[in-house]
Amino acid sequence: MPAVSKGDGMRGLAVFISDIRNCKSKESEVKRINKELANIRSKFKGDKALDGYSKKKYVCKLLFIFLLGHDIDFGHMEAVNLLSSNKYTEKQIGYLFISVLVNSNSDLIRLINNAIKNDLASRNSTFMNLALHCIANVGSREMAEAFASEIPRILVAGDTMDSVKQSAALCLLRLNRTSPDLVPMGEWTARVVHLLNDQHLGVVTAATSLITTLAQKSPDDFKTSVSLAVARLSRIVTSASIDLQDYTYYFVAAPWLSVKLLRLLQCYPPPEDTSLRSRLTECLETILNKAQEPPKSKKVQHSNAKNAVLFEAIALIIHHDSEPNLLVRACNQLGQFLQHRETNLRYLALESMCTLASSEFSHEAVKTHIETVINALKTERDVSVRQRAVDLLYAMCDRSNSKQIVAEMLSYLETADYSIREEIVLKVAILAEKYAVDYTWYVDTILNLIRIAGDYVSEEVWYRVIQIVINRDDVQGYAAKTVFEALQAPACHENLVKVGGYILGEFGNLIAGDPRSSPLVQFNLLHSKFHLCSVPTRALLLSAYIKFINLFPEVKGTIQDVLRSDSQLRNADVELQQRAVEYLRLSCIASTDILATVLEEMPPFPERESSILAKLKKKKGSSKLPDMDDSRKNVNGSTEHAEDAEVASKVPSHTFTDDLSVNSAPSSGASLLVDVFSDFSSAAPTEGSDEHFPRFVCKNNGIIYENQLLQIGLKSEYRQNLGRMYVFYGNKTSTQFLSFSTSVSSNDVLDSQLNVQEKPVDPLIEAGAQVQQILNIECVSDFSDAPILNIQFRYGGTLQNIAVKLPVMLNKFFQPTEMTSQDFFQRWKQLGAPQQEVQKIFKAKNQMDTDVSKAKLLGFGVALLDGVDPNPANFVGAGIIHTKTTQVGCLLRLEPNTQAQMYRLTLRTSKESVSQRLVELLSEQF
Amino acid sequence: MRFLLLFSRQGKLRLQKWFVPTSEREKKKVIRDMIMLVLPRQPRTCNFLQWKDLKIVYKRYASLYFCAGLEEHDNELLALEVLHRYVELLDKYFGNVCELDIIFNFEKAYFILDEFLMGGEVLETSKFAVNVSMEQADTLQESFKVSYH
Repeated sequence: MPAVSKGDGMRGLAVFISDIRNCKSKESEVKRINKELANIRSKFKGDKALDGYSKKKYVCKLLFIFLLGHDIDFGHMEAVNLLSSNKYTEKQIGYLFISVLVNSNSDLIRLINNAIKNDLASRNSTFMNLALHCIANVGSREMAEAFASEIPRILVAGDTMDSVKQSAALCLLRLNRTSPDLVPMGEWTARVVHLLNDQHLGVVTAATSLITTLAQKSPDDFKTSVSLAVARLSRIVTSASIDLQDYTYYFVAAPWLSVKLLRLLQCYPPPEDTSLRSRLTECLETILNKAQEPPKSKKVQHSNAKNAVLFEAIALIIHHDSEPNLLVRACNQLGQFLQHRETNLRYLALESMCTLASSEFSHEAVKTHIETVINALKTERDVSVRQRAVDLLYAMCDRSNSKQIVAEMLSYLETADYSIREEIVLKVAILAEKYAVDYTWYVDTILNLIRIAGDYVSEEVWYRVIQIVINRDDVQGYAAKTVFEALQAPACHENLVKVGGYILGEFGNLIAGDPRSSPLVQFNLLHSKFHLCSVPTRALLLSAYIKFINLFPEVKGTIQDVLRSDSQLRNADVELQQRAVEYLRLSCIASTDILATVLEEMPPFPERESSILAKLKKKKGSSKLPDMDDSRKNVNGSTEHAEDAEVASKVPSHTFTDDLSVNSAPSSGASLLVDVFSDFSSAAPTEGSDEHFPRFVCKNNGIIYENQLLQIGLKSEYRQNLGRMYVFYGNKTSTQFLSFSTSVSSNDVLDSQLNVQEKPVDPLIEAGAQVQQILNIECVSDFSDAPILNIQFRYGGTLQNIAVKLPVMLNKFFQPTEMTSQDFFQRWKQLGAPQQEVQKIFKAKNQMDTDVSKAKLLGFGVALLDGVDPNPANFVGAGIIHTKTTQVGCLLRLEPNTQAQMYRLTLRTSKESVSQRLVELLSEQF
Repeated sequence: MRFLLLFSRQGKLRLQKWFVPTSEREKKKVIRDMIMLVLPRQPRTCNFLQWKDLKIVYKRYASLYFCAGLEEHDNELLALEVLHRYVELLDKYFGNVCELDIIFNFEKAYFILDEFLMGGEVLETSKFAVNVSMEQADTLQESFKVSYH
């Protein structure tokens, strides 16, 4: 037992701790503790009043026992008594016990709050500090309620001691974090900002922390802090290292304060005032320059403190994203660190470069370091550094280097640590899809992923490859051939069996001409894997078999034999048994025509955000996701991913195992991430025939018409220049509709631009029933009118006539196009002729919300391109309108101005009429 | 900063400080995860880790590991110096601090930490000011009567 160095010796406590340490086993420790607890309990209950010292000692013992991990259920009262002791150490121990052990026990809280109130009013700075510490340590809502209005007063009072001001500032920060609603803003805020001018650097440091937190909540209230922070920072960076005396840390002037000031400035955009702005630029340049100077000390503390300021300065430069010169210097500095011998600096450089990669000014500069980063992936000994290298490769990936990066990630995956494999798999899958020019490469990449790291390939990944293969007929044959070859391997991953089963079931016919992959060979190959697979996979394979029966009548007998076997028909698993029974029956009784209809090839999936991306966002926690779509911080320092990811993850994903057997439309219609119009969908019955029309510009499904008799709902899908619309007629009455008929009419101009072909509809609609009609649509050339759907039926002897404008608009034939900012600007310039651009400035009709706008633009059909527009509040999109005769490339830019509540919309396309029509359609949506 | 933990090479927790409300259950989980994450790491690897949405900064001093959980925008290098400054303060108070000092005077270790950090932010970076305040406290306890309004 060492001699107690200073202050009070609580000998009994030291003996007790020493006893515990000498215990040889857990049991003896518990025994010793129980003995002590019994002793303390009897002392507390005893008749003799305890003196302060003993009380302190016992409370301290209880605290020790609690910190060892044992429960303490008494002693709180004694600790509260200590709070009102006038001996400092007794009070101090009392507060420590309360801070560590308090729960929201109501009676005690009142007593504690009372003691705190007394100490706050004591004007004794030591006691005030203890009380403030206790509030900050406990930080509960009850405490916030009791003191949130008192603390600002202490903070700005003229006669408060410096040390109390510091505590009060951070205590307020703490309360604001957990109960922001309880911290009142008021006239004190202005005075808090002026603490940035305080003589005492400790006060300035604490105040800067507080202001940073508050400014994130209400930036406008603290705007004046920007100029004060710049002035203060400038004084620090230009001072000689010894000027700040005790606030110089290993020859670095006030590193904590510098970092906090730089952090505060990241709550705001670059200053508009030019002289202020140039003063800040000077500061940042000075900090960058200092990095090149020889170190003033060899100690790691010196370099850490210096580089801490440097990294924070770089973070501010990236946040402002406005000075190309500074950005490039920052990038070069980080480039140097990438090869530094200190592992910590390499780690941080990789991390910072991730954010730098999303700036248009520095994206290219970051890309020049690709070889170094790849090398880091191969040679770093530390997995956490390698993880950062993967992140950076992901962030710097674009069309120019995607093949190299994906190849490197794949080869790293072979040896990667298990802890980061799943994430790498997701990243590779996303990059491969995003930058696939040639989808055979995409298919190869995903199959490689399954081969190398099958266990880490989540459902989202293999769902996605199937969605893509189904939606692109140019790759289907290749996919079938490739999976067929991959399945030849003696041991292949179950995920490959799933993908293989699905793809061969849909597209096996495309390779059946080759005798080496004849239908029977394909079937035998799949079935050879069957018994090794889990139930869901087997269920999927059974569905693939029934699809085979439709595709290849010649293997029907073989497959029926398999289905008929006891191991299928009497399988213990109810799902498998049911499938086997139903499929067998279907294959026996259905005619070829019925089979062909039931088992028709899956229709294309609606385009939407990749579910993998949503998963990655979810996995990483929104803010850690580097770039990809938009990691630019808004002025509050938070990112906008969170909601985005959440919404995206709510979109139901298909369960292929279920959908495969039935030829229904694969989607229940979630073509938008946010159904921005959902509140209108049950609008009151009206007689107007086209007032629902505008609501369908950005979405494909919903109610288009409703009156007392009839409700008409729509579901539509579009692909390139073709569309299919499912029209649902619902009889709302209790009487039949007779002689129900429909026709679609177009005016002469439209007739030549758009073909609409209607499938027959049932002439009778029973009371309360719904019938469906399919319309096939083909866009021949660009158009601006809309076809009319005329409906006629008899209801109770009267003939009803209804005409509805069908929501088929030009933008439905959009295919979104991803492109880099370089490509975008190049094309933008090419479309510079005056007749190609149409612009409209208009007033916002709805609330201006970023997420809703995003959803609308995505629903409109363009791809949103992030990181293209220097102003992150603007939206930039691109897409191609497909018509039978031609394709029209379209670039779009939407600039919201929240102050004026206005938008400016600019469309550039190669065809004037297209630009014109798209602006008309889209400008009505905001 | 969300939390600060001190634990020994044998995985014994010596000090825990939570700067945001955390349930006992969650605390136990964090402590277990941190010990499992940090102890097996090789010497001279990087001092930073990603754990869930937190940045973990740790450093070993003799037989003790100092481990802090940072939020997204906290500065890792500076956090490393927060740990170092805390060690310096302990050193100055105890005179060449060792693990036993912290075991036997755990309450002092908490008090010193309180003088230095509050709500997860640095309260006083000056070593001089922190020490003055600790010395004052020690003097205060010896003089029995403290004026008290």
